[in-house]
Amino acid sequence: MFKAKALSLLVVFVMVVSLFAGCNGGGNEIKIGAIQPISGQVSAYGTQTRDAIQMAVDEINAAGGVNGKKIKLIVEDDEANPEKTVNAFKKLATQDKVVGIVGALTSKCSLSITKEAQQRKILMISPSSTNDTVTSAGEFIFRACYNDSFQGQVVAKFAQETLKAKNAAILFDNTNDYSKGLRDNFKKKFEELGGKVVVEESYATNDKDFNAQLTKIKGTNPDVLFIPDYYSTVSLIAKQVKSQGINAPMLGADGWDEITNNAGDEVIGSYYSNHYSPDAKDADVQNFVKKYQEKYKIVPNALAALGYDATYVLVEAIKRAGSTDPVKVQAEMMKTDKKYVTGQIKFDPATRNPVKSAVMVKVEKGADGKLTAGYAGTVNP
Amino acid sequence: MNFMQEFGQQMVNGIALGSVYALIALGYTMVYGIVKLINFAHGDILMVGAFAGFFVLTANGQDPSKISNPLMLVLAFIIAMAVSALFGVIIEKTCYKPLRKAPKINLLITAIGVSIVLENGARVIPWIGPNPKQFPVLKDIPIIDGISQMIKAQTGVFISPVQILSFIIAILLMLMLFYIVNFTKTGKAMRAASYDMGAAQLMGINVDNIISVTFAIGAALAAAAGILFALNYPQVEPYMGIMPGLKAFVAAVLGGIGSIPGAMLGGFIMGIAETLTKGFISSKLADAVAFGILIIILVIKPSGILGKNTREKV
Repeated sequence: MFKAKALSLLVVFVMVVSLFAGCNGGGNEIKIGAIQPISGQVSAYGTQTRDAIQMAVDEINAAGGVNGKKIKLIVEDDEANPEKTVNAFKKLATQDKVVGIVGALTSKCSLSITKEAQQRKILMISPSSTNDTVTSAGEFIFRACYNDSFQGQVVAKFAQETLKAKNAAILFDNTNDYSKGLRDNFKKKFEELGGKVVVEESYATNDKDFNAQLTKIKGTNPDVLFIPDYYSTVSLIAKQVKSQGINAPMLGADGWDEITNNAGDEVIGSYYSNHYSPDAKDADVQNFVKKYQEKYKIVPNALAALGYDATYVLVEAIKRAGSTDPVKVQAEMMKTDKKYVTGQIKFDPATRNPVKSAVMVKVEKGADGKLTAGYAGTVNP
Repeated sequence: MNFMQEFGQQMVNGIALGSVYALIALGYTMVYGIVKLINFAHGDILMVGAFAGFFVLTANGQDPSKISNPLMLVLAFIIAMAVSALFGVIIEKTCYKPLRKAPKINLLITAIGVSIVLENGARVIPWIGPNPKQFPVLKDIPIIDGISQMIKAQTGVFISPVQILSFIIAILLMLMLFYIVNFTKTGKAMRAASYDMGAAQLMGINVDNIISVTFAIGAALAAAAGILFALNYPQVEPYMGIMPGLKAFVAAVLGGIGSIPGAMLGGFIMGIAETLTKGFISSKLADAVAFGILIIILVIKPSGILGKNTREKV
């Protein structure tokens, strides 16, 4: 009897406490979620993007917040694993009741939550998911970067016009939407321009052995080798490329960002497309790089810049809407037309993809013996 | 490159991969042979060994991007194998021994639990952490580079120094194991215990010690395989043991679990089948073919290629 009473008291207590927890701060805060891979294979992106989002939120709050309210950022780690992204999303949507989410970072993770975000009318702006289909779930899904149709074309065009390549080999991850999308678009453009894709080989995420595929690729003697994947896998592939004796230059896309801190000399002479170059002369870029460096002591990568931009796009829309009603904020998001760190952002009304330019960078050895990514050209849409 | 050369090259890739699988498979098969336990934590012991090697090779005063001192490499192998052997024994004493009389399924579940603890334990330890780390690469060791160039000049097939080294080390370790099992007193006791544990005990064999020794040897082999794996695929992270562990387990079953030559054979078959499929059929089918071979073998010969047919005692 006593036990039952104690139990029911406890239940009542828990319910009351959770009631208070539910209302906590509801009045003077606007909650924004961020889903980023803070750990795991692409953590170098996730941590920098998180820091950049936090920096943007701190700046906004320091300037008085939005409509008299402070922004509260809730960060969740998804380890670049779509299942964990779904869990993080559910937590943000049901427990924290966020207005919008900056994330996810990788295309595969973003795709795992777009449908539900659309259904629940939660504004989602992915800073860096470039796969073409990310924004097709509906009008509440945005992104701050260009997409892979464009990126694949940029790399293909660069390979033909600047590197004068005729034969290309592709090695891609056939279980990753990002990698597959880039491969399709690269191939299409490269062949359109008169080149030939001589060999296409694939692997699965988390594979470590690429010797078989590379032996096959070596046999076809390509002019360039396109590897559309993220830096940690690329560094593993690149070592095997060199130990198999393939000397064709390697090409990559924005997933290569951070390769200079995560690979050795084997990637020297490779090229990849990116969203911005921290050594560009642009005032917005310089200002952002300076602020970020002061705060976190490192030069921000492109994904950090995109995270920063995405946060501003979302918050400024909330500000203009004057409320957190998702439909009103969505309408204001569509009206975005302003120059940010990574360039002009104006959403295409049908696809909600921003129309932006890309830069190509080359991996070189700097004077201090460290690898650097040097600016090699800008390609406009 | 003509077809024969390409085929030779792919065989080399397959044998190099297979020798790593074989080393891991040996640990599975030895433990199974004696305690009838499929030690699912074995792949994670590989990870522990790889990290132990990583810390030796990147310790103070060395270039973290390459290994050019063969002595450091030897030291890395010795320390990693010792650390892993210790891990193996501790796990056996604390987790498996209390359950020796319990149903086998309990032991199996415990093994899965140990595996999860090791993976996630490694994730939270600050100097390991969840992020992949670059393992140093083998570079500028004149003897092995020389062999590699000689083979290239003679046959046109390119065997990278790492592949040569992993093959040599794997074979050496297998020979050592062969010697221990067949020509030492401990080996005799191990064989006796695997044949009939009760009778072995009655004959005065300290079965507890023999089981510990078996776990220690299995774990040491996994550690060596871990370093070889990390040399071939230079990246270490807490989950790195899962896939090679699984493949090696399949290799052990393929060769006949409980049989030591079977594990070696199974490892090489898996490595070669996987590589040749990637090279000549399609890289998407690599795992399907490797596991398909397993199914075919098990249908034709359920105890594996070199496994003994054991009848269930009623």
